[in-house]
Amino acid sequence: MRPILLSGHERSLNQIKFNRDGDLLFSVAKDKIVCAWWSANGERLGTYAGHQGAIWTVDVSPNTVLLATGSADNTVRLWNVKTGECVKVWDFPTAVKRVEFSPDGTKLLAVTEKRMGFLGTIAVLDINYGDGQGNFEPQAEEPSLRITCTESKATVAGWGYMGKYIIAGHEDGSVSQYDAKTGDQLENVQAHEFDLQINDIQFSPDRTYFITASKDKTAKLLSTRNLAILKTYPSDTPLNSATITPKKDYVILGGGQAAMDVTTTSARQGKFEARFYHKVFEDEIGRVRGHFGPLNTVAVHPAGTAYASGGEDGYVRVHHFDKSYFDFMYEVEREQMRR
Amino acid sequence: MVNKLMDIERYGREGRVEEEYKPPTVEAFKEKEHLRSWMGDVHARDQFALYRGDKVGVFWNNKSNPPENVVDRAHWTQLFVQWSPKGTFLASVHPQGVQLWGGASFSKQRQFPHPFVQLVEFSPNENYLTTWSARPIQVEEGSQSSLSYEEDGKNIIVWDITTGKPLRSFVSYDLTAGASAEGEPKKKVQWPAFKWSSDEKYVARMLQGQSISIYELPRMNLLGKTSVKIDGVMDFEWSPATVAREGVKQYEQLLCFWTPEIGSSPARVGLMSVPSKEIVRTRNLFNVSDVKLHWQSQGTYVCVKVDRHSKSKKSMATNLEIFRVKEKGVPVEVVDSLKDTVINFSWEPNGGRFVVITTGEAAQGAAVAPKTSVAFFAPEKKGPSAGNFKLVRVVDKKNSNAIYWSPKGRFVVVATVHSQSSYDIDFWDMDFEGEKAEGEKDLAANLQLMKTVEHYGVTDVDWDPTGRYVVTSASSWTHSMENGWTLHTFAGQTLAEHPTDKFKQFLWRPRPATLLSKEEQKQVRKNLREYSKEFDEEDRYAVDIANTAVVETRKRVLSEWTAWLRQQKELLSEDKEVYGLPEDVDEPKMAKDAPPATEDKGEAVVEEIVEEIVEEHEEIIG
Repeated sequence: MRPILLSGHERSLNQIKFNRDGDLLFSVAKDKIVCAWWSANGERLGTYAGHQGAIWTVDVSPNTVLLATGSADNTVRLWNVKTGECVKVWDFPTAVKRVEFSPDGTKLLAVTEKRMGFLGTIAVLDINYGDGQGNFEPQAEEPSLRITCTESKATVAGWGYMGKYIIAGHEDGSVSQYDAKTGDQLENVQAHEFDLQINDIQFSPDRTYFITASKDKTAKLLSTRNLAILKTYPSDTPLNSATITPKKDYVILGGGQAAMDVTTTSARQGKFEARFYHKVFEDEIGRVRGHFGPLNTVAVHPAGTAYASGGEDGYVRVHHFDKSYFDFMYEVEREQMRR
Repeated sequence: MVNKLMDIERYGREGRVEEEYKPPTVEAFKEKEHLRSWMGDVHARDQFALYRGDKVGVFWNNKSNPPENVVDRAHWTQLFVQWSPKGTFLASVHPQGVQLWGGASFSKQRQFPHPFVQLVEFSPNENYLTTWSARPIQVEEGSQSSLSYEEDGKNIIVWDITTGKPLRSFVSYDLTAGASAEGEPKKKVQWPAFKWSSDEKYVARMLQGQSISIYELPRMNLLGKTSVKIDGVMDFEWSPATVAREGVKQYEQLLCFWTPEIGSSPARVGLMSVPSKEIVRTRNLFNVSDVKLHWQSQGTYVCVKVDRHSKSKKSMATNLEIFRVKEKGVPVEVVDSLKDTVINFSWEPNGGRFVVITTGEAAQGAAVAPKTSVAFFAPEKKGPSAGNFKLVRVVDKKNSNAIYWSPKGRFVVVATVHSQSSYDIDFWDMDFEGEKAEGEKDLAANLQLMKTVEHYGVTDVDWDPTGRYVVTSASSWTHSMENGWTLHTFAGQTLAEHPTDKFKQFLWRPRPATLLSKEEQKQVRKNLREYSKEFDEEDRYAVDIANTAVVETRKRVLSEWTAWLRQQKELLSEDKEVYGLPEDVDEPKMAKDAPPATEDKGEAVVEEIVEEIVEEHEEIIG
């Protein structure tokens, strides 16, 4: 499994995302630039320039027409994927830590930071796909819904199946389920160790369950419907990101000692690896080395044929899986296949 | 039971005795837990204590399988935990004092309320306990604790474990000696402050440079009412076993001490017999910088490691002066073939072999420590008694600094601990059952390196009491990198790794001495093959069971998962029906400029054409 090294960023990566077809990969970093890449060969398609601060988050609409980014410059920007034009800028009072399109692409959620007297919020914006001639006017000025997190600020959030729920991970290690229409909190579960924040939430393809990655060194699989904890994947390092692989029953975790603790950590290899666990049996089955800093983000190709990781070291590594990856199977799985 | 005179004041003072006699209530008899219950394990497994984070747990060692928990308690101790020498008690240390735990459920056994206690030492047979605190004890009037005015202002208490009462208390010398001069490194606490003779009949303390005070148990009275004056005494060690010297009939305990060169008189190593306080053997030494005393576990030998400087005091070398205690007249053998200084020495338990680690002098200003050499010594085979000690082999260019013998002898682990750059652990066999090198024919050893493993950041190496397993660990008391512990067999095969956050202590529970007689032990050794067949069978069976169990759990887990997925799918389509949403509601909304929905094209093949200019020529024709 030879990785393709994408070295387009000058600073540490914050998030990477495949589009639904999996042919494109978008990456954002602290260096204010959004990059788009061909996932097959790692060639850079282009960049989207305009943000004034570190970009924390990126998402691409399900039809790969619009791209949304959230930044430390307190804005969410909407871009025309094809032309690179900035279509819309929404201003917020604080930095935007996470954006995600709803499954049908009609809405976008944005998680805003708690700072300077402003509480953390999750804002929902309606998205207009325009006239099909490259004209995306007009976009709604104000969010159609605003959820305020009074207890503990949300650090990440995503959409449940049918766009029915908004699931948020909090700074205190808990996970919330909100009604996506009314914004009411329906459930709150202390899924991770108290006061160790959740750094990532990614969903299964049908969005009935999701994986959380926490600073408490574990990743957990939760049910979207009732937030029941289904599986736990323990590791030996704080986790920044986790993803669920389609096609094979694995999960990929990424992490490593936080950047601010790196000086007190040995530079030894061993922590800056992508870890593969079996989704059902919770066993660790393999690791992929390469980064020389913590992994800040991992993403998997929607067809389950490749994955990419973005690190504190400023690199994105794209791996296309080998045959052995697909062939590997537990004896009990093989038995079930035969039946 | 002894009542102190002070007790009259304490219990009998006016107002403390009630006018009317009330018969004391006799509490109903409660069966106590068996303090050695762990020895009855069917599989003869060993226990260990594990201190990590705020939690202390006791576990059974299950080889490569996860250890089986016995108890696990949060905040069980404030400073550290410690087993008693025969494994009966586990001591936890708190600001209020020391608490002993024991029995199958680790219930409270005894309390020793020494406030702000910092160090704890058991006597060899677990009858007494010494505790130390830097803060002098303050006894308040009328307090209910078992401390009396006698303990006021003291630092050290010697306790009787059976009664839980203090026997006698002392002020530690280091503190009364006054503050050391400015700039001098702070003096380390001399610990153990009180050293026990192997049979616990005596306990002794040294006032450095002046004398050794020997106390008799159980009364804790000063032997012969005076301390033994030894000018300049630097250190002493009791023989770890009761030795019968040749030609000596009466009971005695031996202790070995040394004094440095004072003026023109030479340095001296002496062997003292107790209770007579007679010095039965001395040896004079010259050009001595430092001396370390190492008794062999049966008291057969005592090795005096003498660091000597040349006349100019520029170069250093080490001599080993080995006293053959059990032989007539206590002959001394000198091993002076070592050119470098010895930084570590260790006798084989119950054996006559030893390992030393030597190092050259550190180059001035060098960033890395100098390389070390590991040397193995064994006695020559010569008649019934052991012959002279001869070098078996030297292994050069090592970084090793620590020696850990198996408690049963024969196997020895040589490791590099507390190092930033090197962490190899060598497993040696001293009696390899294979071809022997020609040159070593006459030696009672056949040395073989079995395995070398690495354990990053290793700080401690611990043999289990049976000599079957070795645990290497990296404690967060020393550094915070990759803390945890790893279990190996005696031969260095790694059985299990346990990375553990905030790992502090791993302690095997010691075992009491075997109850089998010498003959019975011999019998067991003879029939070992038969026994091991049985055990191998058991092991295989256990593995089979475990494998089946794993497969069964996996089957169950997988079928549960598929069932859950199916249920979710059904619920999801139900939901869609209820909300009147189409089945493909989560599909991307088609924007007008998006490409029309296409059939599944299958995998797209991206073809790349790379053109490369191999060579460029420019020719002018004309």
